[in-house]
Amino acid sequence: MSDYQSYMKGSPLEVKVISARFGLPNSTSIDTFLAHEGYQALKKAFQMGPDSVINEMKNSGLRGRGGAGFNTGLKWSFVPKQTDKPKYVVCNADESEPATCKDRPLMEYDPHQLIEGIVIAGYAIGAHQGYIYIRGEYRYLMDILDRAIAEAYARGYLGRSIQGSGFDFDLCTHTGAGAYECGEETALLNSLEGLRGYPRVKPPFPAVVGVYGCPTIINNVETLCNAPHIILKGAEWYASLGTPKNGGTRLFCLSGHINRPGVYELPMGFPLRKMIEEVGGGIPGGKKLKSVIPGGSSCPLLTADEIDVPMDFDSLAKIGSMLGSGGVVMIDEDTCMVKVAQRIMKFYAHESCGWCIPCREGSAWLKRLLDRLHGGGGMPGDPETALDVSYNILGKTLCPLGDAAAMPTISIVKKFRSEFDEHVRLGACPYESKAFAV
Amino acid sequence: MLSEALKSKFDQVIAHYPLKRSAIVPLLLFAQDEIGYISDEAIDEIARRVEVRPIEVIEDIGYYSMLHRQPIGKYNFQVCTNVSCQLLGGEEILEHCSKRLGIGHKQTSPDGLFSLEEVECLGACCGAPAMQVNYDFYENLTPERVDRLIEELKANGKAR
Repeated sequence: MSDYQSYMKGSPLEVKVISARFGLPNSTSIDTFLAHEGYQALKKAFQMGPDSVINEMKNSGLRGRGGAGFNTGLKWSFVPKQTDKPKYVVCNADESEPATCKDRPLMEYDPHQLIEGIVIAGYAIGAHQGYIYIRGEYRYLMDILDRAIAEAYARGYLGRSIQGSGFDFDLCTHTGAGAYECGEETALLNSLEGLRGYPRVKPPFPAVVGVYGCPTIINNVETLCNAPHIILKGAEWYASLGTPKNGGTRLFCLSGHINRPGVYELPMGFPLRKMIEEVGGGIPGGKKLKSVIPGGSSCPLLTADEIDVPMDFDSLAKIGSMLGSGGVVMIDEDTCMVKVAQRIMKFYAHESCGWCIPCREGSAWLKRLLDRLHGGGGMPGDPETALDVSYNILGKTLCPLGDAAAMPTISIVKKFRSEFDEHVRLGACPYESKAFAV
Repeated sequence: MLSEALKSKFDQVIAHYPLKRSAIVPLLLFAQDEIGYISDEAIDEIARRVEVRPIEVIEDIGYYSMLHRQPIGKYNFQVCTNVSCQLLGGEEILEHCSKRLGIGHKQTSPDGLFSLEEVECLGACCGAPAMQVNYDFYENLTPERVDRLIEELKANGKAR
């Protein structure tokens, strides 16, 4: 279990939609859920019909919360209507993007919200089977979900003719066993088929050729948790919570050098500076902010001068970064950015599945280079080499893991270049003695 | 020998999928939970049940980082040192565990009680620095908390 107090500190600036039921007593039970609007959206969806459900989703401006930020309703609309094949809904609960811990409370405190979202998705695209692909480390969450799924079957919210609608839907959990790459949707599909999690060539996209060669939609936990609220309260209401083309709220995970780390539900487009200073309570010890990872370690980092930005997909893209998965990491002035780059690359080198050579070789090369540079063996030209290797990974791999390794590295080398040069000049890390204190 | 409970769980899991081999990874993890590692017998049994060759099961084991072919300690310390944890002392926690347990990365103590592993992000970033012992999360760690936990586990645990 996670410690509720350390994750859900709360802030008066929060707008609670998908986290509204978190604090209720017995929040995981179906009775609590039903007493608080639970499964009402599903009943409404059955009255609306699949096409209206998809339109409502499209108009809400909900964009994928896993990181890619694609319009969810649009994704659903790509599933062919006329097909002899069965269709599938896969919920991506492989939450593994460093700094991201938002799907955990969603499953821990309100599992029925997710189940309802999955059934709505299934109804919208005409699927009768769903899988929740959950990372192996999240075993206690799988147990919570399994209990919730059993309750939903017992009360007629899963199974044959749900609530007399004539619509059948089955759902089960599926555990992974440790692999970041399986969070990428096509690798996840291979993993779900019992194979190594290597990515597939796109197109065809999973909406047309997904698991078992059948039309499949894959959505992140948080994305699916939003669906019941959109159906129940309407696209217009949902869209109005956020900024244009960035509907709704999202869960932001504040971590690193911040006074009040935690998961906070804030409107899309919430100003980053305000998030750091007012929601997160600023940087500990009165220190200065040096850098921010805005949405998980795959995103280009921001400098302290770049934090006057609304936290939505388009605004972050405009300044050359990404909103990503909602993992916001604050880094203070006493931190060595070469060490940050080194640790980030150690992760990607470890997690590269090895299928595409630029990613497999490039990430390992960058890791060795950054290890050496931080360890005091840096040579003039190393920063240029790091950039060169990064640019030769970027855009040259089947899945975004390669880009995810290259992008933060490029941003750190470019924005904190003087720290790299200082390492080379000194033959040592200038921060080693004072930073990373426990 | 695999227990009857595990075999009936295998049947239940396999029934979830139109393609039996989909069950390979879950079955491997459930077998490991019971046996402590993935034995040759487990590989053969899983391969037979999902109708693939044993080598196809072995291929999967090599890919997924939580699966292992050798017995490990009763309590597996998995310490996160990824960015959010690193910034708050995750590396120091790893070093502390290593010193106290007398073992390094991917090693097991001679009494079979403890194993240690440096792992990637566990999704416990708001409770950094964090680790898992088996499937249990321990967050907001300090060296003192780690010491207390080790003492508790030593008192509770009998080596396999």
